[in-house]
Amino acid sequence: MSLDARLVVRRPGFTLDIELTAAAGEVVALLGPNGAGKTTALRALAGLIPLDDGHVTLGGARLDATPTELRRIGVVFQDYLLFPHLTALDNVAFGPRCRRVPRKPARERARQWLDRVGLAEHVGAKPRELSGGQAQRVALARALAVEPRLLLLDEPLAALDARTRLDTRAQLRGHLASFPGATVLVTHDPLDALMLADRLVIVEHGRIVQTGDAATITARPRTDYVARLVGLNLYRGRAEGTTVLLPGGFPLVTSTPQQGEVFVAFAPAAVALYAARPEGSPRNTWPATVTSVARHGDALRIELAGPIAVAADVTPSAAVQLHLEPGREVWASLKATEATAYPSG
Amino acid sequence: MTATVATAVCLLLGVPLAWVLARTAFPGRRLVRALVAVPLVLPPVVGGVALLLVFGRRGLVGGWLDATFGVSLPFTTAGVVVAEAFVAMPFLVISVEGALRGADARYEEAAATLGATRWTAFRRVTLPLIAPGVAAGGVLCWARALGEFGATITFAGNFPGRTQTMPLAVYLALEQDLDAAIVLSMLLLVVSVAILALLRERWVTQ
Repeated sequence: MSLDARLVVRRPGFTLDIELTAAAGEVVALLGPNGAGKTTALRALAGLIPLDDGHVTLGGARLDATPTELRRIGVVFQDYLLFPHLTALDNVAFGPRCRRVPRKPARERARQWLDRVGLAEHVGAKPRELSGGQAQRVALARALAVEPRLLLLDEPLAALDARTRLDTRAQLRGHLASFPGATVLVTHDPLDALMLADRLVIVEHGRIVQTGDAATITARPRTDYVARLVGLNLYRGRAEGTTVLLPGGFPLVTSTPQQGEVFVAFAPAAVALYAARPEGSPRNTWPATVTSVARHGDALRIELAGPIAVAADVTPSAAVQLHLEPGREVWASLKATEATAYPSG
Repeated sequence: MTATVATAVCLLLGVPLAWVLARTAFPGRRLVRALVAVPLVLPPVVGGVALLLVFGRRGLVGGWLDATFGVSLPFTTAGVVVAEAFVAMPFLVISVEGALRGADARYEEAAATLGATRWTAFRRVTLPLIAPGVAAGGVLCWARALGEFGATITFAGNFPGRTQTMPLAVYLALEQDLDAAIVLSMLLLVVSVAILALLRERWVTQ
């Protein structure tokens, strides 16, 4: 069952307009900042809000006029929405019961699903007695128990603490791999998207700004949001051969010859800082002023002002040697081999 | 007895009405909500007069009922139920509407994604969630119906065995047999106190 949809939802001051496809067995992640319209898109797919324009086609059949209860779309909600008055077993059996499966077989099926997500001992527990990770798995089992044609996950891991998140993410990855239908996952966490999805769709302000697999997106971001997500410096400029002219006339030499409008991206770790103008090889050097110093993993992330605004990662010992603090004047350099240019058109 | 029937009538009509008021938006909803609350502020005798005007043999609806079905409500046991339900309904509707607004509507959405129709979702998800509110509203409603006097005597009269309710009996007994009046009053008092004692805990915890 493959999904093919164009979702248009108009709200005062906001329009969602995205096209979305997902093949059977494929996991597509909608990634974007808060307020980008990701959840709206998911609710429109589920039929919980009407489309103002566009279509939802699943396995060749139009669904946009079908009410939610007949769409056979499994949804895992952000806060799971397990029915608080029912046990885990009856929560999972709810879907089959609604599809006129008699009570006993429905419960049997629910028991199998809970077993599959590793909750065989918790069948009789009420949702308030379950931990966050367990509740997430019950919600997944409940959504899968109706044998949906399309599975929708809304920030499935956002409500979990860091430790549980790691385990649950790995398990979720396994369950998604064995789910035969298409899956659409909404998240604002790039790690969730990279770990769980086959393909990423980046949404900002209700529009798709970039799609591709994890490798493409992390190597070649196309907006500031994506660049920040994957931790790269990103600029737009005009290329002539290996030289890219950035706004303000700053020339940057890259290793990838291009012509015309391009993006240039490089990692903060590729930027080296010096107290005095460096001698010799690096092709790109410029004077810069430190604006902020912050811890970033094992390194320090230095934000620099100058002809271009750049983030640089340095070791704490280098930061001490260079007396890096806001206001300090340094020289920055970047090897041409570390900078990649790619067409922006 | 009539109070119980009146409560059942209120539950049957009031819960769907509360759902409509809490979950849907339609023009004139404020007016409907105001109309639901009117019996709370209206003196019950005035309510009885209003009922007579509507359901009386020459009333708006009553005339039609009489002409088509030969049914006449005033001064019958059914009339007592109508009068009690009219006065007690607001207690139920307001209580259930509050419970519905407090309950997360997204549970109904979750039920819909699992294949539940609106009715199934209401019956198997929403109703259990708001059960305490419905129970509290039902008990209040029953207590109000039990104590109803003004609208009943105006609309249904005071015929022993047919339309005489306990408060009416107390009123009558007061003029003929003081001891009987005191016994009946004590009975009503005990029932009322018991109900309030049961409910107070809920009010306090809320």
